[in-house]
Amino acid sequence: MREITIPISNETIRSLKVGDPVALTGVMITGRDTVHKWLIETFIQKTRPSQGDDQEIYEALKPLLKGGIIYHCGPVVSGLDTKQYKFVAAGPTTSIREEPYQADVMKHFDLKGVIGKGGMGPKTLKGCQDVPGVYFHAIGGAATLIAQSVTKVLGVYKLDFGVPEAMWVIKVKDFPVVVTMDAHGESLHAVVEKQSGKVLAELLAK
Amino acid sequence: MQDLTNETLELIRRTSSDLPEDVEKSLREAVEREEPGSAARGALETILKNVELSRKNSTPICQDTGTPIFYVRHPEGWSTRRLREQIRSALAEATKRAYMRPNAVDVLTEKNSGDNLGGKDFPYIHFEEVEGNTLTIELVLKGGGCENCGAQYSLPDSRLGAGRDLTGVRKAALDAVYKAQGQGCAPGILGISFGGDRGSGYLASKEVLFRKMDEANPDPKLAALEKQLTEDANQLGIGPMGFGGKTTVLGTKITGIHRLPACYFVTISYMCWAYRRRKMTVRGGEVIYD
Repeated sequence: MREITIPISNETIRSLKVGDPVALTGVMITGRDTVHKWLIETFIQKTRPSQGDDQEIYEALKPLLKGGIIYHCGPVVSGLDTKQYKFVAAGPTTSIREEPYQADVMKHFDLKGVIGKGGMGPKTLKGCQDVPGVYFHAIGGAATLIAQSVTKVLGVYKLDFGVPEAMWVIKVKDFPVVVTMDAHGESLHAVVEKQSGKVLAELLAK
Repeated sequence: MQDLTNETLELIRRTSSDLPEDVEKSLREAVEREEPGSAARGALETILKNVELSRKNSTPICQDTGTPIFYVRHPEGWSTRRLREQIRSALAEATKRAYMRPNAVDVLTEKNSGDNLGGKDFPYIHFEEVEGNTLTIELVLKGGGCENCGAQYSLPDSRLGAGRDLTGVRKAALDAVYKAQGQGCAPGILGISFGGDRGSGYLASKEVLFRKMDEANPDPKLAALEKQLTEDANQLGIGPMGFGGKTTVLGTKITGIHRLPACYFVTISYMCWAYRRRKMTVRGGEVIYD
């Protein structure tokens, strides 16, 4: 198990290979469907005007995301009334929905990785080579267990997106992941898809 | 009429935090099949650790507490209007207690209602009057990741070489499992219906998910197909989380429903390993949870 601290250097990222188990420690941000669409439209493609607290949040995000990590996660959070937030259940969500956006978000913020489940496609894999970055896979559904490695909720942006879609800034300790897409163009998901495709063709012929 | 709000709240708590015994047993058997030291085995071991911890702490097994799907079977004389109110207030309270994540999003305004109540269709509640004096409420929580892996095929399908017969059903289902890869949180459970129209097909493919893992299909042909499909799907080698491995599917449940002469649909509802389903039985003053 490699122990890695966030922010992560390019050198460390390049040393990671598909299959490496990693324990992550540091500060990361949750972000999923609404966040990716909002980042792309407001700050990257600029097809939507920045409004309200958008710009302020963007400035706050930049230093957090540089060398940092976005976690594809919509947590169950307690303490919503008192703002004494605590992650109760926080496993990964399916990452492929961010495939249209992820590579551009990684490049824009110099993001070193994303954590999710199910893997991502060729556009993100290319992004991982360019930035460089990696895709970390967490165990889908293991929400109570993973929440235990979230030691503190430091804050939240865009809570009006709803609890699952907000950007939660969290401190984690020994957050367990496996590298399944690396900065050298390797993807476990591409390999499994290809192999299972061959078996499917055989099974369909029967 | 008895007020079942608190009893339903307990049903929701159990469903979200306590994986049914038959599903856990099937996961424990799956661990033994995977190679020691493999990513597949590691994933299953983590899953089982999480199952134990969630049960102990009364916290959600998965943060995506899904679409709550309630099936209520009640004796004559119960008010479904009041039962609906009670179920809805139990769900709002369960959300407040963090047994459930607020999951109902207005599709037009994008606003999350915050309490899991949205319009008349969220949560989904099915009512049916039954003979006798026993009321049952069954609940399945179906996460969004696996819901996205659901698929419907209209046979014949020339790409798959799938005709209008059980072999065609098998081919369509295998294609759906292949397309899902690890994205539906494999190892999954397949709920399959064939026949029906597009709407009734999806509904039936979810209703079969109320069956127990080891409950044999009463129709021997379908029982054989269920077994065959599970075996075939596991040959694909997608494995837990899509990491590669021997267990891609834990089980298959199939039902046939009457169809129109022109239509032959095969509908697959993919259920993730976090197969959260529970039943509550109310007889007189007594409440039993399965």
